[in-house]
Amino acid sequence: MTRQTKVMPSLGEAIRQSGLRDGMTISFHHHLREGDRVLNSVLAECSVLGLKDLTVNASALMGCHRSILDFVRDGTVTGIECNFMHAQIGQAISRGALEREVVFRSHGGRPAAMDRGESRIDVAFIAASAADATGNCNGKQGNAAFGSIGYAMPDAEHAQYVVVVTDQLFEYPLIGASISEESVDAVVVIDSIGDPLRIMSGTTRVTRDPIGLLIAEQAAKAIGASGLLRDGFTFQTGAGGTSLAVAQYLGEIMREQGIVGRFASGGITGLLVNLLREGLFETLLDVQCFDREAVLSIGEDARHGEISATRYASPAAKSSVVDHLDVVILGATEIDTDFNVNVHTDSNGVIMGGSGGHSDTAAGAKLSIIVAPIMRARMPLIVDRVGTISTPGEDIDLLVTQYGLACNPRRSELASRLERAGLPVVPIHDLKAKAESITGVPTRSTHKGRPIARVISRDGMLLDTIAMIED
Amino acid sequence: MNSKQMKRARAGTLESGDVLVTIEPADALEIKLYSPVINQFGDAIMRSVREVVESFGVTSGTISLEDQGALDCTIRARLATAIRRSFEEEEGVDA
Amino acid sequence: MKRSYLFLPGNQPTMLQNGAVLPADVLIFDLEDSVAPAEKDAARELVASALRSIDYGRRGLAVRINDLEKLYVKKDLEAVVTAGARSVMVPKVNGARTLHHVAVMLDLIEEECGIEKGRTKVIALIETALGIEKAFEAAMSTPRVEALALGGEDLCADLGCPRTKEGTEIFYSRSRLLLAARAAGVDAVDTPFTDARDEEGCYDDTVYARDLGFDGKLSISPHHLRPIHRAFTPTEEAVAFALEVVDAMERAKREGRGAVSLRGKMIDLPVLRQAERTLELARASGMLTAETEGASL
Repeated sequence: MTRQTKVMPSLGEAIRQSGLRDGMTISFHHHLREGDRVLNSVLAECSVLGLKDLTVNASALMGCHRSILDFVRDGTVTGIECNFMHAQIGQAISRGALEREVVFRSHGGRPAAMDRGESRIDVAFIAASAADATGNCNGKQGNAAFGSIGYAMPDAEHAQYVVVVTDQLFEYPLIGASISEESVDAVVVIDSIGDPLRIMSGTTRVTRDPIGLLIAEQAAKAIGASGLLRDGFTFQTGAGGTSLAVAQYLGEIMREQGIVGRFASGGITGLLVNLLREGLFETLLDVQCFDREAVLSIGEDARHGEISATRYASPAAKSSVVDHLDVVILGATEIDTDFNVNVHTDSNGVIMGGSGGHSDTAAGAKLSIIVAPIMRARMPLIVDRVGTISTPGEDIDLLVTQYGLACNPRRSELASRLERAGLPVVPIHDLKAKAESITGVPTRSTHKGRPIARVISRDGMLLDTIAMIED
Repeated sequence: MNSKQMKRARAGTLESGDVLVTIEPADALEIKLYSPVINQFGDAIMRSVREVVESFGVTSGTISLEDQGALDCTIRARLATAIRRSFEEEEGVDA
Repeated sequence: MKRSYLFLPGNQPTMLQNGAVLPADVLIFDLEDSVAPAEKDAARELVASALRSIDYGRRGLAVRINDLEKLYVKKDLEAVVTAGARSVMVPKVNGARTLHHVAVMLDLIEEECGIEKGRTKVIALIETALGIEKAFEAAMSTPRVEALALGGEDLCADLGCPRTKEGTEIFYSRSRLLLAARAAGVDAVDTPFTDARDEEGCYDDTVYARDLGFDGKLSISPHHLRPIHRAFTPTEEAVAFALEVVDAMERAKREGRGAVSLRGKMIDLPVLRQAERTLELARASGMLTAETEGASL
């Protein structure tokens, strides 16, 4: 019996073989972060082939993907779905570059929508730093190694046609594959899937900003006083400088009190790898690697495990990691007096981000902490009503700022624990007034243009819409 | 203060939380404001600028402010420094 | 309790703003070394504006003016005193003469501005060999002096010795300054630790100064506040013992005795004074609240 090879001579041939037609949906992951070359290459090829009206469903659109705007202009792309959109693209979208509304989901909501059949992927293009000729692949080996490939796993499972794009072909069978041949239709070898230097370009250093450190220290003390910090503790924090500082201060407390955590999850950084090596956490559950240390560790250390986006955060899964979380540390561009958080738009209503795992972890964790300064330059953090609801206030428990901690009124028992520990707990309205006494009271324009994006909750409901900005 | 004695002067920086104020001699008084928070604080900034300008008795000149999200007290201080420099012999060092 | 004195560069708006939440006991708005000569006027205006409008809470507020060789010292003093600075740090103090000049200017400014005479205190920064030799004289020169502070970098340049992390070369100067301060009844403040990234080094340096008798330490970086406060935090055993001492001495007083025995040791006034100092540090570190003190007394 003769078998057809899966290896295609070019991206263009793979696209032709996939049966991709006008109006269909193609998908991408963002594990190569600011170094990714795959999304741009595929779109350029689609444009050359004269494909029109495509919808791009990407786990995130980074700054390096801004050429997507060219393909929007030439009609190749008319739909965008993502969990995060870099400001460089967001600015154009907010000014009406795209006719159709962008669909924003969360990292858990995206695979859930696929599971529920609400989101159809026709062709998935999965960048892998190592693959064999049948499509067994991962992000742990090869020159452009990026670590976990978790966000692409649901795409491999659900897409009608799966193309693995790599720049390094290994002998069959690739040992330690994260995505296996059974779901892969085609393999393409290109010159380079991405720039390894930019793949790990995230801001993964502990902040040196004294205000950020002050906030982080208070947040760590709050965790210590919450009653959740004990052996078996589970924790997630982002890669922002202040979030990392929380992990560092928390490490100090755990070391001092001899506490060992069960796992830390989410995006993994070198700082968490160090806590693992030191024995302060037993395992890491990694959906994406933020830096070189994390990429090296996931390839070597059995205690550092890779998880799919579905297992990480999908509300449609039978259970997921976020539901086991004790504490998550999150950021905010705005928070309102009902604790609703905005991470989608800036203070002028322009798209500059997205949920990522924000709403998923906030919903799952027992204690969701927002760390943020009460103002950035002159812009106050706390508002009457956020510009965009990214995470509903009912899922946020605590706000930590340099002027004190504000507890969600739904968590009065937490407030008394923190007060007993001597932490400065104040009503969120007081923090808002404090900031405005420094910055002045901002005026807010009420004018709204046509809707240009929808924010879908992790359960698939409409959470908010984002309006066009008219200068 | 008389516009005839005015000269070009600057104060402040383009660092976050600061404002760069530039004053150029001109026949009429004109104030130009560039700010990332113009939607939220544009009116408040212009009020402060007019107050400081009036308190120094300045009636002419082009005053431009490149704001980087400076607080009101910073805007007032930078503007005052720029005005003083604009009317003084030496720029900066007043010793 | 003034354990930490943090310098804030006078021409950086964001730092002046941050000062409102940084946990320093005293903020020193700097018009001298951290400000370029061409920006002295701008910094003076900015610091005065910040002092007027930013709420710094209960922190001590001082301004380091330029040295008296500069003609703009009077402008510095006028600007900051009218804006509400309660202390002025005078650099390069070489004995009583330097401070007499400052005191005369302060007298004038306070009178012109209708401020209570003598309200503005002086922290004398001593950073030359002559300054060390005349430290006591400077401390006694005007009742405005509240502290002597050591500037180790300039001092070493003047002495012609390298400035090391261990600080052996300034051991004598530290002791001389401490002695002068104690004899004059003013606070003694140690030289800053200069490596902003070495928090452990700063901690060790502060412990050393604390054990010589210093009341506080200058700091050129907000990252040094944690180690400085940690160094000035008494151990729980020390606090417990201090509470017992105070308790025992209260009893002795009621019984009309000058000394009392505690755990087989004689407790008298010097021991009480040490204990009171320990408790003051414990309060500053947040180890003691009214509640816990009341319970143990």
